[in-house]
Amino acid sequence: MTADPTGTAEEAARFHALLAAFEGAPAATAGRGKDAVNEPMIRHWCEAMGDANPAYTGPDAIAPPTMLQAWTMGGLSGHSDRSSAYDELFALLDGAGFTSVVATDCEQEYLRPLRPGDTVTFDAVIESVSPRKTTKLGTGHFVTTRMDVRTDGEPVGTHRFRILKYAPADRPAKQAAPRTKAAAQRPRPVVNRDNQGFWDGVREHRLLIQRCTSCATLRFPWLPGCNTCASPSWDTVEASGAGTVFSYVVMHHPPFPAFDPPYAVALVELAEGVRMISNITGVPYDKVRIGLPVHLEFLRVDDDLELPVFRGNEG
Amino acid sequence: MNVGDTLPPLEIAVTRTLIVAGAIASRDYQDVHHDAALAREKGSPDIFMNILTTNGLVGRYVTDHLGPRSVLRKVAIRLGAPNYPGDTMTLTGTVTAVLGTTVEIRVVGANGIGHHVTGTVTAEVSA
Repeated sequence: MTADPTGTAEEAARFHALLAAFEGAPAATAGRGKDAVNEPMIRHWCEAMGDANPAYTGPDAIAPPTMLQAWTMGGLSGHSDRSSAYDELFALLDGAGFTSVVATDCEQEYLRPLRPGDTVTFDAVIESVSPRKTTKLGTGHFVTTRMDVRTDGEPVGTHRFRILKYAPADRPAKQAAPRTKAAAQRPRPVVNRDNQGFWDGVREHRLLIQRCTSCATLRFPWLPGCNTCASPSWDTVEASGAGTVFSYVVMHHPPFPAFDPPYAVALVELAEGVRMISNITGVPYDKVRIGLPVHLEFLRVDDDLELPVFRGNEG
Repeated sequence: MNVGDTLPPLEIAVTRTLIVAGAIASRDYQDVHHDAALAREKGSPDIFMNILTTNGLVGRYVTDHLGPRSVLRKVAIRLGAPNYPGDTMTLTGTVTAVLGTTVEIRVVGANGIGHHVTGTVTAEVSA
């Protein structure tokens, strides 16, 4: 069974069902750290990280908590503790062309510090395997494992780890040098006969709402006909610019060119009653709230593009 | 310490040495973290920092600020734009919650191509 990364959605769903069967299966059983927690490895870690924290040296030294995973690593000699389920899952993904791997998430909780002399033991479970996802790197599946780490049988921490097993997107290796890439531009609006009037208004710094001339219902975004009475005749009213945040999301990932996550995308209810999606300015993304009063302003994005956005009102 | 307080930024020069030293110190011998030719074969323009190093740097950033008596309770990070050699990553942090002696700090590490890491660190600070 293979799942060509470019195959149909149906094939992808069938393949995902095979992968999902591994959810709940062990990823590592009765693993044991190859080295006891020790001063030299702590020192090498601190040197690499530039970490001069005195808590990690001296007679009462603890290991840097973020080393938790390091104590469980297989190193050059590899893992002898990986479960057959984990190997089978990886073989399935490799066989389907998802041969590359990249770590995307790491969530660790530390219950008590590790000290030189402690030996860690660990068990891990395959928590989830995502449906096929397309990312900037390529198409693949996210695999999430959760590891419980113990010493002397007592829990010391948990380690949840997510990787992407993917088929690299075709791209010339030359593409590299990402820092020299020209500044990305925000996407251009698609202007057509049905919404030309809206963008004409934006150019004049007027936010225009369509109004049905048969039943007077306001509508936004712009459409050729009235949703209420189906009449094709309309005129416009200019929005006062006052509104409130009706709902919002905070965009973290994936990042798109010309956007700098995290940022809030809001559904703004205008005083006239219609709602529009836009950005909120003047308020940090994590301070945007439902009900926040906002007012219209026009954001000059670049030489060719101006957009209506909404500024959060102070206080 | 109050919600909204910011930590002084920390600039990390992402050298080839740091990437390799961090990978080896964390016992991560994946070739994409030390062998540029093999990294290119896998579609990456160069070697890149492994997640364990990023995790270590985020932990260090927070304990540098909170002091040696602070204790990390939780570090949750997500990676975005890779850290390639020659770049600089600037770590910034904002206190997002304070409950008794527990603080939660949101950390962002930005490099020349975007956000390398976003995460949340929870730590105990001694009274």
